Amino acid sequence: METLNYRYEHGTRTLPVRPELVGVVSSGNLEVLIEAVDLGGACSVEIKTAARGFGAIWQAVIGDFQQRWQLADIRISINDMGATPAVVSLRLDQAVESMLEEK
Amino acid sequence: MQVTDHVWNRRQQNRNDRLGRAASALGGALNGKLVPAARIADLLYAVIESGDRVCLEGNNQKQADFLSKALAGLDPARVHDLHMLLSVLALPEHLDVFEKGIAAKLDFSFSGPQAGRLAKLASSGKLNIGAIHTYLELFGRYFVDLTPRVALVAAQAADRHGNLYTGPNTEDTPAIVEATAFSSGIVIAQVNEIVDVLPRIDIPADWVSFVTEAPTPHYIEPLFTRDPAQISEIQVLMAMMAIKGIYAEYEVQRLNHGIGFDTAAIELILPTYGASLGLRGKICKHWALNPHPALIPAIEAGFVESVHSFGSELGMEDYIRARPDVFFVGPDGSMRSNRAFSQTAGHYACDMFIGSTLQIDLQGNSSTATLGRIAGFGGAPNMGADARGRRHASPAWLKAGQQARAGKNTIPRGQKLVVQTVETFREHMQPAFVDKLDAWQLAEQANMPIPPVMIYGDDVTHILTEEGIANLLLCRSDEEREQAIRGVAGYTPVGLGRDKRMVENLRDRGIIQRAEDLGIDKRLATRDLLAAKNMKDLVRASGGLYNPPKRFRNW
Repeated sequence: METLNYRYEHGTRTLPVRPELVGVVSSGNLEVLIEAVDLGGACSVEIKTAARGFGAIWQAVIGDFQQRWQLADIRISINDMGATPAVVSLRLDQAVESMLEEK
Repeated sequence: MQVTDHVWNRRQQNRNDRLGRAASALGGALNGKLVPAARIADLLYAVIESGDRVCLEGNNQKQADFLSKALAGLDPARVHDLHMLLSVLALPEHLDVFEKGIAAKLDFSFSGPQAGRLAKLASSGKLNIGAIHTYLELFGRYFVDLTPRVALVAAQAADRHGNLYTGPNTEDTPAIVEATAFSSGIVIAQVNEIVDVLPRIDIPADWVSFVTEAPTPHYIEPLFTRDPAQISEIQVLMAMMAIKGIYAEYEVQRLNHGIGFDTAAIELILPTYGASLGLRGKICKHWALNPHPALIPAIEAGFVESVHSFGSELGMEDYIRARPDVFFVGPDGSMRSNRAFSQTAGHYACDMFIGSTLQIDLQGNSSTATLGRIAGFGGAPNMGADARGRRHASPAWLKAGQQARAGKNTIPRGQKLVVQTVETFREHMQPAFVDKLDAWQLAEQANMPIPPVMIYGDDVTHILTEEGIANLLLCRSDEEREQAIRGVAGYTPVGLGRDKRMVENLRDRGIIQRAEDLGIDKRLATRDLLAAKNMKDLVRASGGLYNPPKRFRNW
């Protein structure tokens, strides 16, 4: 088990107050919880992953995600069971798109 | 002018010698062309000579398994140094003949299930590989310099004269038998049953030397059945990009799909996503394809006008019989497949090939070779290559050709669309994009003259990953090509090594298209989009006509 934390300042896009939980905790998959909290405009991401040693890839995947969405005052918690970057990006994008729809 | 005493019918004389030896060895047990299964070894000793080129029908699906066991059971002191010709090495017996010293040389096309053992035997020196071919290439050589002396084939049934009915799995039989019978060779067929009247005649009796009723029906591998339950959301997303970004963009009417879940996903979202884009009747009308169960919903939805098949697929027989406007069936109602003709159709008459692979390098070369396994090629290189001899035009072919040649001072011509679809990471986080293909190392290990490349980069027109589509037709330099490939290689080391500015430039020019650039709503990329979500749905879609093999009956 490895825990990774990232924080991005100066986001521009907020999401609805109601939290969104997507995905499942099963092999090759992941669970994502997205919550709106006051972080002074920042977006924080905490990843608990079963697969060690992929920090550089996580950083790139999450960095690109934040580049796409520019989230502000958002906390993302990820419970990963060895999902590929493809699955991670798709889950995150699907969750944000659903939340924006609600808005 | 002197008349020479040159003999011009040695092969005919030799065939007569072999037939004579069989007659005396079998005596009263030989009934016309019918040989009892219990006497098969006597027949093989009589008609096979050491050093012969023997074509054993091992196909993608149908296997002459009784005859291959019989051959592997011969005494190497009496029969040895055979030169084996096989489309597909599928059964252990296909290699047992080398281990036991009955055969010494091999020319083949594909060896999927036996690839590891083949590599071991080759490196131990027990097996000398002539060459690894594509199917069409190997069939071609049967008529040039690899003509079989003896062919051991499989059919569904024979009549008492020796006419053969192959049933839907005709596959390679016509090509093998024609090459052998018309060069004074010996053709032996194993059949599942001997009947008075055949449903139809696929191979006429005078091309067949001997027939034996095998104790058990020949083995058929259900190679093209994919359980929709195993299709992932990523595969759905990639299928959406394929349909919107390539099929619709080029109006692809005639195509071949490679084997795998990526292409099964495309087949299964035609009736949902494809229909929602208004593409019914505009794309995917004519196919060179095995009867994929995953295609049933698209056929039922009216997308598909015709399907010609390389082989059949277990369980699809009744469905095919009930859809004679779509499939190629005989007057008896059952399908006749033909690998040689379907490969020709895939090469010359299709506008697109799409298939998955294991590794792609920075030039776009792709390979399924992995270390310690000699897997061969099968048919993909013929499907996945521009047909340089093609002369007829179609919208898809013309558009691809225009994109590749825009701004260049060349005479107009078209080009086939060759699409490689691959997730950036395979299982266990193995990157699909690499600086150097494993094929190089395998070539060195196995002493091959060139690295075994499945699809050459200069034939690949598009690479599709979960990150988007790279259109290589539009690239104008080697550097652009490399960056286009890196641009869809995601978080693999190759992808992370991209020049970000150049990739953004390629994206602005439409050379790289992401899902969002194509206007694809990622929220739709769920398994709900699959027209059938499991095997039972496929059965239901077929109106109960599809009868999946036992191992796929998971409900």
